[in-house]
Amino acid sequence: MTMALHPSVEEVWHWLSEVPDPEIPVISLTELGIIRDVEWRDDVMVVTVTPTYSGCPATTVINLDIERALAEKGLANVRLQRQLSPAWTTDWISAEGRDKLRAYGIAPPIDGTAADGVLMKRIDRLSGRSNFMIACPRCQSTNTEKISQFGSTPCKASYRCTDCLEPFDYFKCI
Amino acid sequence: MATATLEPDVDQSALFEFLLRIGDNALILGHRVSEWCGHAPALEEDIALANTALDLIGQTQLWLGLAGEVEGEGRSADNLAYLRDGFEFRNILLVERPNGDYGKTLMRQFLFDAWHYLLLKALKGSAEKRIADIAEKTFKEVSYHLNRSRDLVIRLGDGSAESHRRMQEALDDLWPYTGEMFVGDTIDAALAGAGIIPAPQSLKIGWDEIVADALSESTLVKPADGYMHKGGRRGVHTEHLGYILSELQFLQRAYPGAVW
Ligand SMILES: [Zn+2]
Repeated sequence: MTMALHPSVEEVWHWLSEVPDPEIPVISLTELGIIRDVEWRDDVMVVTVTPTYSGCPATTVINLDIERALAEKGLANVRLQRQLSPAWTTDWISAEGRDKLRAYGIAPPIDGTAADGVLMKRIDRLSGRSNFMIACPRCQSTNTEKISQFGSTPCKASYRCTDCLEPFDYFKCI
Repeated sequence: MATATLEPDVDQSALFEFLLRIGDNALILGHRVSEWCGHAPALEEDIALANTALDLIGQTQLWLGLAGEVEGEGRSADNLAYLRDGFEFRNILLVERPNGDYGKTLMRQFLFDAWHYLLLKALKGSAEKRIADIAEKTFKEVSYHLNRSRDLVIRLGDGSAESHRRMQEALDDLWPYTGEMFVGDTIDAALAGAGIIPAPQSLKIGWDEIVADALSESTLVKPADGYMHKGGRRGVHTEHLGYILSELQFLQRAYPGAVW
């Protein structure tokens, strides 16, 4: 009966699309692909969120940001639900999200290049380079090299452009 | 009586025990690796180790969180990590080995990662959905860990005379702690029989292959299988665990229930 008083699910999605990722504020939580579902269960707004990395310290902040953003829109009865499966993948980062990452100086993930545990080194050697043609977000050159598979946050790797010499982050595929 | 259930019919205490084993491995190794923070030989390595430790501690929260849920006595992942004594820990002895030099830390990581990778890969197909879900998530992270530790073992093994010597010493020193990964007991048998976990012995072939492959590329010599230390999985630890816990649990022991 009270359903009509609820903002629509579409509206809630829209509000969430305005919540920035705390570590990479140029993209939103929806562009990052970590909001998996938004639904009303009676009077409770249930938002299903999937973590990027198990140990990502931003997870707690993200939950607080969601609650705060919805509270500002007048939604007090919000429940956050963690969903592990299907596990988050960088494939879920939207096209707009990728463009924003690039503009911000972070090379977006190249789908299909996630670590396989053992073969990467061999593939690197066979292909004669270690970067799957990751383009420098500054000058677009693909003459880039990996400095480290781990970067400033769990989701990034460190790269360097050998043309413009700029070091940059690569949002690694997972 | 005759209603079908989706939950595998298995002893919950065996399940709890398994979750402590896998959770404690992640916790103790995560703590060990975090000891490098600010001390690694290069900034990139420092960051890589901190990220690895962070992944492992995040994984600990998932495994020990589920352990507390299965136990059903209201213990959280934090309770289990901070308020158990040494004999209640179920990690294998390999992960409590001291860090040693950088080569030894990497060798320990590689020997563990190769096994962890295969274990999680198998657990993705677990009959217990909550375990399969965590495995699906953590397997992706551990694939990166293995890529990296394998790569560095090869680079340092096949590096300078000094790096080669250190890596061979690390391998010889750690090898007697690898056998414990593949020895099963009645708990493993019950869970493997129910399709919840792989039998520990079944991971040996794959592990041997990953290790042999990397060692041959690294020009390191695989030690002979001699005496293997074990006991961690049933709570019998080396003296090193006590030192780890005195640091890891200090705050909750000194100021019980402290939050911030
Ligand atoms: Zn460039």
